[in-house]
Amino acid sequence: MTFIKLLKQAPLSAKIGMVIILINVAAALLAPVIAPYEEAQKVGSVWLTPGQDHLMGTDQVGRDLFTRMLYGARNTISIAFIITCIAFAIGSGLGLLAATVEGYLDSMLSRLVDIIMAFPPLILALMVLSIFGTSIPILIFVIALIDSTKVYRLARALAMDIRALEFVEVARLRGEGLLWIIRREILPNAAPALIAEFGLRFSFVFLFISALSFLGLGLQPPTADWGSMVRENAGAIAFGITIPIYPAAAIAFLTIGINLVVDWFLQRSAQIRAQ
Amino acid sequence: MSIKGMVLKRLAAGIVTVFLVSILIFLSIEALPGDPATAILGQQATPENLAALRKELKLDLPPHTRYLSWLGNFVQGDLGTSLSNKRPVNEVIGWRFSNTLFLAFSAALVAVPLAIIFGMIAALFRERWPDRILSMGSLAAISFPEFFVGYILIYIFSIKLGLLPSVATIQASMPFWTKINIIILPCFTLLLVVMAHMMRMTRAAIIGVLTSPYIEMAKLKGVSEWPIIIKHAIPNVLSPIINVVVMDLAWLIVGVVVVEVVFVYPGLGQLLVDSVAKRDLPVVQASGLIFAATYILLNLTADILAIITNPKLRHISE
Repeated sequence: MTFIKLLKQAPLSAKIGMVIILINVAAALLAPVIAPYEEAQKVGSVWLTPGQDHLMGTDQVGRDLFTRMLYGARNTISIAFIITCIAFAIGSGLGLLAATVEGYLDSMLSRLVDIIMAFPPLILALMVLSIFGTSIPILIFVIALIDSTKVYRLARALAMDIRALEFVEVARLRGEGLLWIIRREILPNAAPALIAEFGLRFSFVFLFISALSFLGLGLQPPTADWGSMVRENAGAIAFGITIPIYPAAAIAFLTIGINLVVDWFLQRSAQIRAQ
Repeated sequence: MSIKGMVLKRLAAGIVTVFLVSILIFLSIEALPGDPATAILGQQATPENLAALRKELKLDLPPHTRYLSWLGNFVQGDLGTSLSNKRPVNEVIGWRFSNTLFLAFSAALVAVPLAIIFGMIAALFRERWPDRILSMGSLAAISFPEFFVGYILIYIFSIKLGLLPSVATIQASMPFWTKINIIILPCFTLLLVVMAHMMRMTRAAIIGVLTSPYIEMAKLKGVSEWPIIIKHAIPNVLSPIINVVVMDLAWLIVGVVVVEVVFVYPGLGQLLVDSVAKRDLPVVQASGLIFAATYILLNLTADILAIITNPKLRHISE
């Protein structure tokens, strides 16, 4: 009930953002149901203009673009989601642990994170991919690693603030175990900031994997994926065909939606803190 | 600690980071399954061939010796030989890196003043329409992938209007103004993305200062708006703004990769992407190290400038 109330209070921009996210999630979940054709099915000639049979026309090998867009949503969003979850599990787990335990573990992890963050993310990813080749497990590993460093820093900073508070000290004196303190005292208090960060990190991962796919080093054909679709159809633009712009616009659209919601969330938690 | 001490400490940390990064880059290639010799020869690998190539690539020496000689050569400008076309890497990289710098600095030259001006406007008119428009615009620019902006610009300015070239294949022999004409679109793409972040941070920094008590005091004693901004606010926002600008320049150097691919611009980024696809490791190593070192150096500069310009930072570690 309170959740619905909260949604009703949201400003227009955040509501627009939520609708955008919902549309994308629906497209991703329902792709096999809505899509008029198969993901990799060739249905006509190359770069047909939009018409009755093909809502958005066809791509560079004659596949239905609308179908590819739906499956693209499914593939890109799901892989970005998985990566963000892994990055969060690793980053926040280690961050909270480092802040609570301190000492040797903390300084070792923090130095390691400093070194990883000294690399520009895209360059680090490109170097790892050049060594191990492009495959989905490697992509997941390298992006999750890069992203977990940022989550680690945030989680550690949050936990540092929280563990200085009295109730944590009380729990410690009461003789509670380390994991209990992290789970019952620190995590609930760090949660709002971490949730907003999840949105930001998701949009970062999503843009990152789209960029890698656009460079030809992310998801590989014939998998439908928005970044790769821009790359594969890029040649069409020279003939005045707007096809590569659709998947690029889809990426922009979803990222804006997420940012609108995250902005609202951040403002709201800043207001709560100020009160 | 004195300013000098802090700067030196940060400088040392930066140098150590570059070293660690170079070791990581070297080790990462050591960790390859099989060695480069097997990778190059592939199907044609006979034991004699392999031994000969290993000797040629100096793979028979122990790792630390090879690291030192690799780094020594690197510093002297000898970056090894490309696996794909057998040319010396520095020949391949040299003019491409200068192209990347040309593009990045042209973008920075326009982006920095514009971002600061827009940031100031947004801060002075905060919560009013100029601020709303600018912050909506910057939110959009941050959300857009570079290739989206790039292809939209190509579609409008070169396909529909026919004003500018869609492909930025720059050549060394071209006259300066032709080069400028060619890089307008890629420059503009970079600009939009980097400006948004700079503008947001400038706005936040100025608002932070304008709402502080000493500005309130100046207002109360009747100083008019512009003297307040110029005499009281600017000196204090300078340090965060300089910091953000230099950090965004670091970002710009890396952000060029995607833009170069969109516009087929012969820069280091495109070379890196091509070499990753071909798994041409010496080129990947060298260009990766150049990108990483530039990035680290700019971040280092940002930190040092922050220490020098911000008196508050000097007292933290005392």
